[in-house]
Amino acid sequence: MSLLGEDYTTEEGEFVINIGPQHPSTHGVLHLKVWLDGETIKKVQPHLGYIHRSIEKMSESLSYRNFIYATSRMDYLSAHINNQACALCVEKGLQIEAPPRAQMIRIILAELTRLASHQLWWGCTGLDLGAVSPFFYAFREREAILEIMEETCGARLTQNFCVPGGIMADIHPNFQKRTKDVLKQIKSKFQEYDDVLTGNVIFENRNKNVGFLTAEDAISFGCTGPMARGSGVSCDVRKWFPYDGYDKVQFDEVLGKEGDCFSRYMVRMNEMKQSVSIIEQLIDNIPEGDFQAKTKMVLKLPKGEFYQRVETARGELGVFIVSDGAASPYRIKYRSPNFSNLSALDHVARGYKIGDLVAIMSTIDLIIPDVDR
Amino acid sequence: MNLLLTISFSSVASGIHNWLVSTIPNELLAKSVEMVIAGICLLLFLVPLCFILGYMERKVAGFMQMRYGPNRVGPYGSLQIVADTVKLVMKEGLTPTGSDKFLFNLAPVIMVVTCMLVLAPIAFAKDFQIWDINIGVLYVSAISSLAVIGILMAGWSSYNKYSLLGAMRSGAQIVSYELSVGLSLISIVILTGSLKMSDIVMSQETGWWIIRGHIPVIISFVIFVIASTAEINRAPFDLAEAEQELTAGFHTEYAGMKFAMFLLAEYINLFIVSAIAATLFLGGWMPFHIGHWQEFNHIMDFVPSSLWFLGKTFFIIFIIMQFRWTFPRLRVDQLLTLEWKYLLPISMVNTILVTVMAIMGWHF
Repeated sequence: MSLLGEDYTTEEGEFVINIGPQHPSTHGVLHLKVWLDGETIKKVQPHLGYIHRSIEKMSESLSYRNFIYATSRMDYLSAHINNQACALCVEKGLQIEAPPRAQMIRIILAELTRLASHQLWWGCTGLDLGAVSPFFYAFREREAILEIMEETCGARLTQNFCVPGGIMADIHPNFQKRTKDVLKQIKSKFQEYDDVLTGNVIFENRNKNVGFLTAEDAISFGCTGPMARGSGVSCDVRKWFPYDGYDKVQFDEVLGKEGDCFSRYMVRMNEMKQSVSIIEQLIDNIPEGDFQAKTKMVLKLPKGEFYQRVETARGELGVFIVSDGAASPYRIKYRSPNFSNLSALDHVARGYKIGDLVAIMSTIDLIIPDVDR
Repeated sequence: MNLLLTISFSSVASGIHNWLVSTIPNELLAKSVEMVIAGICLLLFLVPLCFILGYMERKVAGFMQMRYGPNRVGPYGSLQIVADTVKLVMKEGLTPTGSDKFLFNLAPVIMVVTCMLVLAPIAFAKDFQIWDINIGVLYVSAISSLAVIGILMAGWSSYNKYSLLGAMRSGAQIVSYELSVGLSLISIVILTGSLKMSDIVMSQETGWWIIRGHIPVIISFVIFVIASTAEINRAPFDLAEAEQELTAGFHTEYAGMKFAMFLLAEYINLFIVSAIAATLFLGGWMPFHIGHWQEFNHIMDFVPSSLWFLGKTFFIIFIIMQFRWTFPRLRVDQLLTLEWKYLLPISMVNTILVTVMAIMGWHF
């Protein structure tokens, strides 16, 4: 018996290898137990809980204003979008709506977050497959975005900018100008991204025909975000259940066909272009007005259950609040995209080589603190 | 001024040789002393060489990644690598429990000794060679294939599954890619008609083979650079190490000086591969000559031959370093596919082309 409580069912000639919790390509403290036959993967078993901080339980003792800040630490690359989901859910309970200015700034920041997140993912994909330089190229643009965040939100990574009823403060005077500069920079670099990785023969060989996930499997595993869209499942929350005025923006839902690693890769690359186009539509049209709706000092949600979903960079994040009318939630449950996406890993990775496992994990784009919470 | 330019390694080397022969009466003793001196010189050459290559690798990486690279220790960070070496020497040379202690400690030594042996027939400058053996090219390809033993030994004795996987990968890899390396070396041997390094260099007096040999020699040069990058386990063929998959592959368990020896071997191998490519395809220490343009050739001769050799070698090292920081790693089956389905057939056909060319005298 192992410490983790299950028997090894090793067949003749197979051996078990533990990848993680400290390993260069698990992007955090994911522990994968891999059954191998030579280099071929027989079974992958993820072990979770290395970074469990009990955010859901902790939120039960925090007020409706405070619990939002814990969510920045879940999917730390989509911190703003997590905050947005919580703020929206509380607003739903309070039956108020953020002013148009706040909504638009939220969307712009959300798309900037998505861009920054996808850029980090792009760099790490190169890094995982052994190409080191793309990581630095990706960080060049990501840094520019984080500087905008720093200026406006006061923080680079955990923005905590959304509050129930709007945003915490008005945007910095430089916000629009700097955002436009960054967009110009990013748009000029897309070609470079394609030259370095997308068009590379080795990269294509590593990703094409690897890690297939059919549309049916994607649905049954509950995969969302680029992972499901790579398999052709239309599941963009921004399109299906628009929030914060996404219905007024023109953008395409990027869908892949094949469902392999390369298709997931292309979905993310094209999503970056869509994000750029969304921000371009909005950045000059931020309406004047309040940035925050008037709310009471102590927020109290009426008795009942409230659910709000948003599209983070990795998929659908659901916030479920059960309220008993008190000043803090009775129960909170997050439906995190990474947890569901990770559940498909074993199914996707079986039969491929150990080098493919790295490619598959990088296109699933796991953030472990979001899995464990 | 003229004197300064004509001083080269060769005059120094022959001076020492003559002095030894005249002072020590016993011929065997004189030769042994000469060998020891040559060995010490080699070591004194190799360690700074590895420092330079390590520094160069970091600076090239920094250059490609929009950052400075080392720039704190010493002028322009040049002493960073010395500081790192001191750190590695002072670290504990751990031998893991459960490992085969003898083989575990032997493996890094084998790696270093192998690549030092390969250095023997390389012509560093005009008439400056440690051992001008008449089967030079064959010797190089034979000895360099011993390196796989060191890697397999390291992986097997480490008692670590990552190491074992890495060693098994590199076993398949090195044995396969040797074929292409050998075939591309043969194309020059066919043109020259000799395996001797000095003959190969002298045959390029009227022009380097890569220029004189038309497309077939260019093809074998490209194949040589690809296949030898694979043979020395450098990215994009570094499957034996494969940081993202196997943490550090065959040298996962090594620390301190034992690890430093693997690093040393890696850089010496990089130098050797580039030196051989420079010798066979780019004329070694031979200056850039064009046919019978006597005046032009004479001007080129003013640059010392050692500078020509090192310049060419470092040019190829620079190319191979750029590979490392640009390309993603191949998968293990794709690596073997590349060799057996593409490189090997191409180099076989290419060998025939070169042979026809040599017989018909189509080259310049």
